[in-house]
Amino acid sequence: MNLVEGKTGDWEVIIGLEIHSQVSSNSKLFSGASAEYGGAPNTHVSLVDASMPGMLPVLNQFCVEQAIRTGLGLKGIINKRSVFDRKNYFYADLPQGYQISQFYHPIVLGGYIDIETQDQQEKRINITRIHLEQDAGKSIHDQNPTETYIDLNRSGIALMEIVTEPDMRSAYEAGEFLKKLRSILRSLGTCDGNMEQGSLRCDANVSVRKPGDALGTRCEIKNLNSIKNVTRAINYEVERQIDIIESGGAINQETRLFNADTGETRTMRSKEDAHDYRYFPDPDLLPIIVSDDYIEGIRAKIPELPDEKKERYMREFSFSAYEASIIASDKDVSAYFESVLKEINNPKLASNWITVELFGRLNKNGLSFADSKITVDKMVSLLKLIDNNTISGKIAKEVFDIMFETGDNAENIVEEKGLQQIVDTGAIEKVIEEVLAENQDKVAEYRSGKDKLFGFFVGQVMKKSGGKVNPQSLNDILKSKLI
Amino acid sequence: MNLNNLTIIEAIAGLKKKDFSCVELLQDHIEALEKHRDLNIFITETLDLAKSKALESDQKYSHNTNAILEGIPLAIKDAFCTNGIRTTQGSKILENFIPTYESTVTTKLFAQGAVMLGKSNMDEFAMGSATHYSSFGPTINPWKEDGSNEQFVPGGSSGGSASAVAARIAMGSTGTDTGGSVRQPASFCGIVGFKPSYGRCSRYGIIAFASSLDQAGFFGRSVGDVALLSDICMGHDEKDATSANIAKPDLAEAMKKNLKGVRVGVPKEYYSENLDPEIEKLWVDSLEMLKQEGAIVEEVSLPHTKYGISAYYVIAPAEASSNLARYDGVRYGLREYKQGMSLDEMYEVTRTAGFGSEVQRRIMIGTYVLSSGYYEDYFLKAQRVRRLMSEDFKKVFEKVDILLTPTAPTSAFSLDNESQMDPLSLYLNDLYTIPASMAGLPAISIPGRLNKKSMPLGVQIVGKRFDEESVFRVAKNMERCFNFNFSPKGF
Repeated sequence: MNLVEGKTGDWEVIIGLEIHSQVSSNSKLFSGASAEYGGAPNTHVSLVDASMPGMLPVLNQFCVEQAIRTGLGLKGIINKRSVFDRKNYFYADLPQGYQISQFYHPIVLGGYIDIETQDQQEKRINITRIHLEQDAGKSIHDQNPTETYIDLNRSGIALMEIVTEPDMRSAYEAGEFLKKLRSILRSLGTCDGNMEQGSLRCDANVSVRKPGDALGTRCEIKNLNSIKNVTRAINYEVERQIDIIESGGAINQETRLFNADTGETRTMRSKEDAHDYRYFPDPDLLPIIVSDDYIEGIRAKIPELPDEKKERYMREFSFSAYEASIIASDKDVSAYFESVLKEINNPKLASNWITVELFGRLNKNGLSFADSKITVDKMVSLLKLIDNNTISGKIAKEVFDIMFETGDNAENIVEEKGLQQIVDTGAIEKVIEEVLAENQDKVAEYRSGKDKLFGFFVGQVMKKSGGKVNPQSLNDILKSKLI
Repeated sequence: MNLNNLTIIEAIAGLKKKDFSCVELLQDHIEALEKHRDLNIFITETLDLAKSKALESDQKYSHNTNAILEGIPLAIKDAFCTNGIRTTQGSKILENFIPTYESTVTTKLFAQGAVMLGKSNMDEFAMGSATHYSSFGPTINPWKEDGSNEQFVPGGSSGGSASAVAARIAMGSTGTDTGGSVRQPASFCGIVGFKPSYGRCSRYGIIAFASSLDQAGFFGRSVGDVALLSDICMGHDEKDATSANIAKPDLAEAMKKNLKGVRVGVPKEYYSENLDPEIEKLWVDSLEMLKQEGAIVEEVSLPHTKYGISAYYVIAPAEASSNLARYDGVRYGLREYKQGMSLDEMYEVTRTAGFGSEVQRRIMIGTYVLSSGYYEDYFLKAQRVRRLMSEDFKKVFEKVDILLTPTAPTSAFSLDNESQMDPLSLYLNDLYTIPASMAGLPAISIPGRLNKKSMPLGVQIVGKRFDEESVFRVAKNMERCFNFNFSPKGF
């Protein structure tokens, strides 16, 4: 068990997450306005989004399909009847004075994600529910000392709120859950998972207890906008709560805000100040009724998900679990890998060049996969040259360095720099003979039993040929010459 | 020329025959309007617009490109958003609100050539039964009891639209009906008022009071006129998720049928000690009249009727408390703000200044019944009652085609009648109209006769959900039998 050491003994940490993920959709949940990120303030706002008098919400069926797809991808149960409720509260960036959400009858119940814990154990994190709801607008407080501005571009955008059971026992597990969730959502195409743009936002419910005790009082930490901040906030909160209890205090049930600059959490509102949201079914909208056929139609179109992909790679390509998961966990990477494989059927070679050579260089340069100049075609051009012995692995790395910088094609670089491997036996023999002639003393030593000098000769030949001699041919010919 | 007493159908015939022009027709109505401004029918008059529209309509008649309602002067309840024309919902909070969009109902009417005289007065946010809860003063009923110098209420909330038609200022008008806001004023004003089934007319662009009950309705001085307006406005609209995507009823065909074999139900629970004896008499006589026309009359039971008002006054305020949250002074409408106020303070002063007493009362009731701890006891229980009421109707409509009931328990009362004008008595005035609203049924009020003090009395015909045809079939025949052709004195 993963415990945190305190002054009075070990503590168990209990974490549940609520994730707001923006549904990938061109238009909003209840209006035809664009759901695109960015855009000048208040340019993606319909009369419905601004809650003009007499305006009515009309459900965007595509968002329903996306929520069902997500529910199926997360192995949940799709409710054939779900209902939109109004969550009533006043705020300047909430134009209706209520948020349309699904409180009593969400569209998805249950589901789970299996994660790997710190000690490499597989662990199932259960999902309580997924419901559809609309986003609020944005209040902008820092443009003017006395005024607050409202941007309604986000108002009405479709969100899926994914609520987990309190199954996580460390910040690490919470982070792993989020990574895995993001990768599944991206594979499904139901959320782009972009935390910087707010497509995926997370609230964490955290409490601590002595192992075996009843659940402690929890605090909810709001609006964590990166996986790093989720783990930082949880770790801070755990220490804060343990400190309070160990010094004789009690935890107040409250909502807290994380400050990414200081790494601390602070009170946002206490339980006493909690809103009474007065949920009730939205009379402007009919219940969502879906048939088995409709659900099965969506299920049939669900792509292979990261876990299934990982298992297939292990099975079909004999990849290690680690290697398989690096490629399988990211939809773009696995798509890249599989496109490369279509052109050159050498999974080991492809995986090695993607996960070691390409990712190594990206990491070193602080770049993301999306920034890479090595398109599928470029990667294939290189791997083909390696696969058919035109260049050696060593040369290939030099070529790849240039490709990585310039984005040029491998063949062009090899051609231009004359880096083709020498495979012609006569040419190799010629170089070897030159080397042996220049080092007759060493040849004598070798022949008298100093086997280790073999490497010296190889090195000399490589040096003379600029590394272009095929190593296998070199070995074979050199051995025969030295007998 | 005095064209004010024509029905819409007669006027259209006259216009087609070039007996008179749209401009002349409009002019007579404008004269009536100007003569009776003391009735306070309109919040906003749009006479210049009306005049240019009438000119256009005359052009269309001369080119034979006239649409169905070409040149007919109508009053539009100020609950319907009209593009570029102030729309207040009877409230100070929207006193200066000018929509940039048009409601579906008015879009359809204008597309058929209707000429709008103005936006008619109403109880603020359609909450009321006397049109005195308007931020723009009460509307007065053109009818008066014999010998009385008091002012009588037109009913509500669509009182401006009802008075306009009774006073021969408009030929027809639109209303909205949430718990009786078209049918009760129709009965108080001696005209025909119809509320279609919930889902028949799009609510798009109608400022919401209680979304699950709100429905557009229509006033006219004849059943045929109201059928015409309804026929134009009913139909599916993808902009309203609750609008029904089913075929429209054929009202014209239905009105050709006689009453032979029509089964008429009389809900026994509707006999009430609060029912005015003269209205009860009208009701009983009407049943006799129906029998003579060949209808089969039988007593039926709607056992949950007695909970109707209580349940309605939980559900409607609950929805209203949420629907009216958007009037917060942030984006449009009234904003009361002084430098240094917090957001919550701005909400408080804005909403206190912008909403009248009845609206505030209902927001508070609605907020209360939705609050945690009360939701189950009030809101859920009221929803359960509503379902039971609907089931009552379902059962009854297996046996009968329509129900005949009083429209209101009283005739129009005086503005000074304190016992009638207190909030609770006004709620009780919705006794007979609320059940059809709760079940989403089509219902019409038609004038039957005058009482001893010469005030009009109405009866209500309620049909099965989406069976507007039976409602109009019976209404048309009863209209002929009643032969009600009274108008208020001086109109």
